[in-house]
Amino acid sequence: MQRASVRRDLVVAAATLGILLALPLMFPGKSFSDFVIRLSAFAIFATSLNLLVGYAGLVSFGHGLFYGLGAYTFALSMQKLGTSIPVGFALTVVLSAAVAAVVGAICVRLKEIYFSFLTLAFQMLLHSIIIAWTPVTGGDQGLTGGLPRPPFLGIRLDDPQHLYVFCCVTLVVSLFLMWHLVQSPFGYTLRMIRDNPRRAAFLGIKVWRARLMVFIVAGIFGGIGGALMSLFVSSAYPDFAYWTISGEAVFMILLGGISVFFGPLVGAITLLLLNDVVTRVTDHYSLVLGIIILMFALGMRKGLLGLLVSLWKKRKDAATVKAAAAAGGD
Amino acid sequence: MDFQALLSCFSSASCVVTQTTGGLISGMLLFLVAAGLSLIFGTLKVVNFMHGSLYMLGAYFAYSLYVATGSYTVAVIGAALGVGLFGLIFERLFMSRVYNTDVLMQLLVCYGFILILDDAVKIIWGAEFLSMGMPAAFQRPPILLAGGVLPVFYLFLIAVTLVVALALGLLISKTRAGKIVRAAAINPSMTSALGINTALVFGGVFALGGLLAGLSGALAAPVRSMVSGMGFSILIESFIVTVIGGMGSITGALVGALLIGLVRSFGTIGFPLFTEGIMFLFMTAILIAKPSGLFGKEL
Repeated sequence: MQRASVRRDLVVAAATLGILLALPLMFPGKSFSDFVIRLSAFAIFATSLNLLVGYAGLVSFGHGLFYGLGAYTFALSMQKLGTSIPVGFALTVVLSAAVAAVVGAICVRLKEIYFSFLTLAFQMLLHSIIIAWTPVTGGDQGLTGGLPRPPFLGIRLDDPQHLYVFCCVTLVVSLFLMWHLVQSPFGYTLRMIRDNPRRAAFLGIKVWRARLMVFIVAGIFGGIGGALMSLFVSSAYPDFAYWTISGEAVFMILLGGISVFFGPLVGAITLLLLNDVVTRVTDHYSLVLGIIILMFALGMRKGLLGLLVSLWKKRKDAATVKAAAAAGGD
Repeated sequence: MDFQALLSCFSSASCVVTQTTGGLISGMLLFLVAAGLSLIFGTLKVVNFMHGSLYMLGAYFAYSLYVATGSYTVAVIGAALGVGLFGLIFERLFMSRVYNTDVLMQLLVCYGFILILDDAVKIIWGAEFLSMGMPAAFQRPPILLAGGVLPVFYLFLIAVTLVVALALGLLISKTRAGKIVRAAAINPSMTSALGINTALVFGGVFALGGLLAGLSGALAAPVRSMVSGMGFSILIESFIVTVIGGMGSITGALVGALLIGLVRSFGTIGFPLFTEGIMFLFMTAILIAKPSGLFGKEL
């Protein structure tokens, strides 16, 4: 990784953050800032899942484990332990990493379909623990009583504006870190393992160790996504650990495009917008969503952003061919 | 943890009888679903992620048929056949299109269908819990064995599922159709080159799996309440069963399902909060010690 490209990415990230922070001036409504806050949680969560699915070829169907775990860890540490917000996030990161290390150690050596199902099964284990352990988690009612949000470093997260800025910064920083991970040699190792694990093993790469590493990283960011959501709703619900959360994240990836880094982000925006529109029109949200999922899974496997990228590449290729032909004609 | 309660249950014959039969019926219902899942995976190498929804459909079909005809026999047979047909259509129209793609697309197609079916059930049968009630033929006083209670329907359920298990085992291991299925599982292109229509075999296996799941749902209808989304927990349990027993093995599915059923039944007395945890510990231990499952062939 060259220093110049790091600098360029930093500039892009800073510019994006600037635009995000300026947007409420154009859209001053509460619904817009709420949308961006929810988006930050889902975009981090979906992008972290794509580290596994798109880059490492590990199709996890239980990534919601970390979303739920992050939400409950953060919420419980704020509510029951009375920690400050940075400590709450630190605990979320540590616990997500620890659980990912254990679950990952069991799962990453398994064959594809076993991996998908076993991650899902572990997620449902967390869900049933949350439902059953009522004294701590509040059972199926979720955590009641709201979260205290003590100010830190002059940041008061009970102020909606501060919360908006905080979520935007977390989103941009998380995406920046993950982008760097996939552009690093480790990111290319993952791609090689995805494409041909046996060859990677012959080249001396410890395949399971690389997979476990990325599983832990994805778990950490998944947990951060969940923590942001619990910060936003000021609670945590068992639904955060239900399997449909994982399903939605997988669909966001497909929707935006699995082969593009920002595909999950586009997918998250699209699905959240779709959610809002469909729930306004009909009660049968799952029916509509199911049909859309089938259309994409059977007809548009590249996803929205993937489709645009491949169209753009095709045009670029055509242009280079034309230019080469013109140069040859001289 | 309440080992005291568990010990006192084991020391009383009536409690052991009651809990064992309870465990056996949930184990046998689970077996029917898990056997279909295992059969489909063994042959087609895809996990039918919406298998739990087929179980749900079976229960609701049986409910409607029972209400319409008043005959539980018609309801059970009709529901099983109906869900089998549904499985066939699903395989031919949707699942067969994603065999050659990655797992992601297969999961998503099934995910789409789970959402659609859950909502369709809500639209047709309502969002509230439904209960079918015990069919008139089984409304008799329970048999008492050593002080334990044995409802007549439980005995009927265990007998029916045992017969199905036996028939399924014989079908796969002894008949020509079973041989074709096993051949298609090992090498589909070679089987097809020998003049066998593998698309038909795959469709048939899916239909059989659907039939079993539908049968399980129909048999569960008198003893369980029905609600949209009820299929998901049985899907997870069936998966655990197939991991324990070995993917593709009917014997493994039977042993695994009975094990899970009994653990659940006695677990609710001894450690109600940790019953799920025990199943997972068990599964993890098997995965580490023998990844192919108790009765599975080496992967």
